Amino acid sequence: MSYKIYEINEEFLDVMPQEIKDLQFRATWGNPKRGVMDLPYSKELIEEHSLCAGCPESMALRYILASLPNPEDTIIVNSTGCTSLVFPHIALHTVHSLFGNQNAVASGIKRVLEWRFPDKVKDVVVLAGDGATVDIGLDCTLQSFFRQEKITTICFDNEVYANTGGQESGLTVKGHVFKMAPKGKQWDKVPFWQIAIDSGCHYVARLTVSSPKKVETVIKKAIYVAREVGPTYVHLYTPCILEIGLNSDDGLDEMRQRDKERFAFFEYMTPQAQEVIERKKEEGLL
Amino acid sequence: MATLGPSAFSPYPVAVYESVLNPPPGKALLINEIVDEEIAMREAAKAMLTRPNPTIFPGPQVLYAWNEEAKEKAKLVRKMAEVLNAKIIPMYDYRPKYPKINPAVEINPNHPNLTIWHNKIKACIFVGVHCHYANVALKIIRAETDCFTIAMCGMAGHEDAMITLRDQHVEEMEKFIKIAEEVKRELGK
Repeated sequence: MSYKIYEINEEFLDVMPQEIKDLQFRATWGNPKRGVMDLPYSKELIEEHSLCAGCPESMALRYILASLPNPEDTIIVNSTGCTSLVFPHIALHTVHSLFGNQNAVASGIKRVLEWRFPDKVKDVVVLAGDGATVDIGLDCTLQSFFRQEKITTICFDNEVYANTGGQESGLTVKGHVFKMAPKGKQWDKVPFWQIAIDSGCHYVARLTVSSPKKVETVIKKAIYVAREVGPTYVHLYTPCILEIGLNSDDGLDEMRQRDKERFAFFEYMTPQAQEVIERKKEEGLL
Repeated sequence: MATLGPSAFSPYPVAVYESVLNPPPGKALLINEIVDEEIAMREAAKAMLTRPNPTIFPGPQVLYAWNEEAKEKAKLVRKMAEVLNAKIIPMYDYRPKYPKINPAVEINPNHPNLTIWHNKIKACIFVGVHCHYANVALKIIRAETDCFTIAMCGMAGHEDAMITLRDQHVEEMEKFIKIAEEVKRELGK
């Protein structure tokens, strides 16, 4: 694929709606330095979305899509969950996998792309919720780490199965009560960032999406490392404001509070990953 | 509102239930008959030139300059619109549009009937729309509207269109424009 697919034939410029012309003339395709600072001025890859008003996940998606260094050659694999409601609206190639097998699907796509386009950089990014990444898809997620697949896995951790009514997940915090978990969770939250490190990920980060710039840096690092070294994992806290009983405008405060506790910024990288990151910094891409 | 027909919620083209199948190579489909391509092209041009609010719906394969053929086809679609006195409303992508489409300027395969109703379109040409979405849109238009649909397909055609022209590429599009010019002269338009 090339960003030329967004180049409108000049014969049709007069009949195309402005928002589509913006994808060509005000977009950030082909610019690896694109980032969240472009959001107010450039055409976004996602505008309207179908998530709840004020949903932190929608913020996360906005920042991530603004931060992809190579969107014209990026394939996003997603899984069942709130995120699957958004992907039909984004101006990128996405593949919706079955619930839980997103990392297996992404592995296949990455391998085929490497074989089919050996001279091109193609990034494969998995975006899935905590249920898909850590519960139902744990096997596929870990196996892709073990196999050292060159893909980036991003987990949107809202600590609950939100759009099915509030069942506890592996990432729910011990003691938390939800509508479908009335006794409260009996076990500890799975420290998946640690498991990712132990399973062979070369770059791992844990954070909330309260700081757009930080999200951008982490996403870019994760993608650059995955491109050259091996699997990377980003754990984002995107609380479900409905399930934890907050108002639409409370999401940001909730994340800022968690920044000081269980989602304090944490970053891990192997020496190979560090080398890539240093090089990208020198190139001015980070 | 349409009532549920015999094909109900079947994923297959509605026309298949009426024993209408795609034409073989070199031929075209006119309502439910297999005819020569020239005859179908003549009828298509006549429908576009005589029915109210004729419109061409170009899809992504001709809207975007992604290869040389697409650039060439874009010029031909524009010329076609000129000859047929047709409006152009683009089907620029297939994403479901929220909160709603603007039927005056765009068409979406998930509810093409809105655009047809709004503009009172009685004849239209689909060109450059990927087959799977052309199938969806043509099925909805056939079920919900009285619009005469013409599919200019680069592949095997679409049963749900009133006229299907298959294997349509630059050469065939030029031929259609020539025939349309003739028909226009005959009709004194």
